[in-house]
Amino acid sequence: MRVYLEGVGLRGPGMPDWATGRASLAGVAPFAPSELRLEAPELLAAAERRRATASVKLALAICAEAVHDAGAAAELPSVFASSGGDGATIAAILEVLATPGREVSPTRFHNSVHNAPSGYWSIATGSRAAATSLCAYDFSFAAGLLEAVTQALVAGGRVLLAAYDTPNPPVLDAVRHIVCAFGAAFVLSAQRTPASRAELRLAFAGEGQATSAQEPGLEAVRLGNPAARALPLLAALAAGRRDEIYVEHAAGRLLAVGVAPLPA
Amino acid sequence: MSRYSLVSSLGSGLAATLAALRAARSGLRPCDFETVTLETCIGAVDGLECQALAGEFADYDCRNNRLARRALDEDGFAAAVAAARARYGAHRIGVFAGTSTAGIHESEIAFRHRDAGGALPAGFRYRGAHNTYSIAEFVRQALQLTGPAFAISAACASTAKAFAAAARMIALDVCDAAVVGGADSLCLTTLYGFHSLQLTAAGACRPYDAARDGISIGEAAGFVLLERAMNARGDGIVLLGVGESSDAHHMSAPHPEGLGALQAMQAALSAAGLEPGDIDYVNLHGTATKVGDAAEDRAIATLYGAATPCSSTKGLTGHTLGAAGVVEAIIAALCLEHGFIPASPTTRTPDPALQSRYVTAGAALPLRRVMSNSFGFGGSNCSLVLGLAS
Repeated sequence: MRVYLEGVGLRGPGMPDWATGRASLAGVAPFAPSELRLEAPELLAAAERRRATASVKLALAICAEAVHDAGAAAELPSVFASSGGDGATIAAILEVLATPGREVSPTRFHNSVHNAPSGYWSIATGSRAAATSLCAYDFSFAAGLLEAVTQALVAGGRVLLAAYDTPNPPVLDAVRHIVCAFGAAFVLSAQRTPASRAELRLAFAGEGQATSAQEPGLEAVRLGNPAARALPLLAALAAGRRDEIYVEHAAGRLLAVGVAPLPA
Repeated sequence: MSRYSLVSSLGSGLAATLAALRAARSGLRPCDFETVTLETCIGAVDGLECQALAGEFADYDCRNNRLARRALDEDGFAAAVAAARARYGAHRIGVFAGTSTAGIHESEIAFRHRDAGGALPAGFRYRGAHNTYSIAEFVRQALQLTGPAFAISAACASTAKAFAAAARMIALDVCDAAVVGGADSLCLTTLYGFHSLQLTAAGACRPYDAARDGISIGEAAGFVLLERAMNARGDGIVLLGVGESSDAHHMSAPHPEGLGALQAMQAALSAAGLEPGDIDYVNLHGTATKVGDAAEDRAIATLYGAATPCSSTKGLTGHTLGAAGVVEAIIAALCLEHGFIPASPTTRTPDPALQSRYVTAGAALPLRRVMSNSFGFGGSNCSLVLGLAS
């Protein structure tokens, strides 16, 4: 399966946006991890902005950047991939349910659904296009990529893919550790257009080892946040290099992503 | 849809489900789930408490996967998948499973048993129970499949959207077949959560009733083995089209005009190459909330006028949340196969303000094509069109 990459959005430690992050991913600048500050999404009206959780802020930031980078309209079909939803919101509900009153906050409850970021994105942009939210634990990035590519190819159009995960509060961190917030978004197109920067070819590749990040700091991020399994692909795109990347789509099973840069 | 299986408060398996549908026997009863003290009704599946997953599947043990296990064991489903595995190869069969809350009930119990330092009890299984992927990973392992697998979690549209993903994977030859469906099980999160939004009814939910006052939460697991039509038996049920959209309106309230719902239904018809007049019955989302039913009615009236019979089966099964898509796809398949429209026995006085042709009494009626609607929080909408293989 072949698609064309048209835009990228990125947030992670030392990677406040794609333009900054790509320099360290390409090895042009040293990787200097500093804590990511998540901005309140300007796209949202005041009421929704107040209710936005960390995962909503992260997802909206990368989506807005990717769409802008692609010069695309926001009304794209979208795929949102997260390995665990918003842990802070879910833990807060679980805390309350363990008290005698069990008075769950209605806003927390609607924010707890796995597709909350996708819902906020649709509200923020006014997009009525189809939106899928999925989860495949540590394999969520590859699952999202597969879903986005199949959507693009079946419809013959563009699809927005967002993969993001945020750290859990202490009680859940003890059973599921996410080292830092990280998110990456991609605009993928079934057709090659003047906005196409790279060709991506997907194929299953049996069993084996996923591609690691070369820089040790980035490798720690890749292993510590499931969305950051996108880092080797991002590094190839940043360097403008032809490459073959392997990501796990299930335990021990690989999806091969061939990357071929296209002349501007 | 070469094989399917369903477990809900209507019963275990297709025969029990069909009997309950034909007898208009609701599975709803006053809530007696666990320690819940709310005045509401539930559609519960009995006996799950003593059906723990053991051995190699012990890591996946939770109410949600016990329910899924029961559905895999009903109606020869697991055996049909094993035969497909022998035919196509394990790596050529995908798993696309929907859920909204997976095994979060395990977490609800664990949070009551934290130690003095606030830590969860030893033995708490995040991956196998709490995490959304647990349903997909459990089904994948239980059926020994190695193709692509993920959980779709788009609130109450989850398992309907799983059909869309599976159909695309098969169309592009990523898979030869797919296990589509999923499960949602009773838990405190949804019971108290929907209660906090004042969306739960005190009695059994009454879809499209003038006095409707909210949902009754149910639980269910359902699975469909989806194959290319040319490979399936010739007299079965075919997935003709899927349509998806977003509301772009509000996180927990539908667009008042039902614009997103309308767009999903139009997209499903267009994907199937059909006109509204080609649809013989619509199984509505119809959860029995004031605004939800009104919004869907606007969309139905715009598309079908008052011509097409429609009804909701939520008064029978309860709202099975993330499982509702596959539950109602299978109910639609049974209606097609056996030629009837299901009753809506809890609807006593259809709301005169609603315009669609709501059928409260069940009727024998040959059906060729049926639409099934599923809409969820976040404005996530999905419509399926199923038909008899011609």
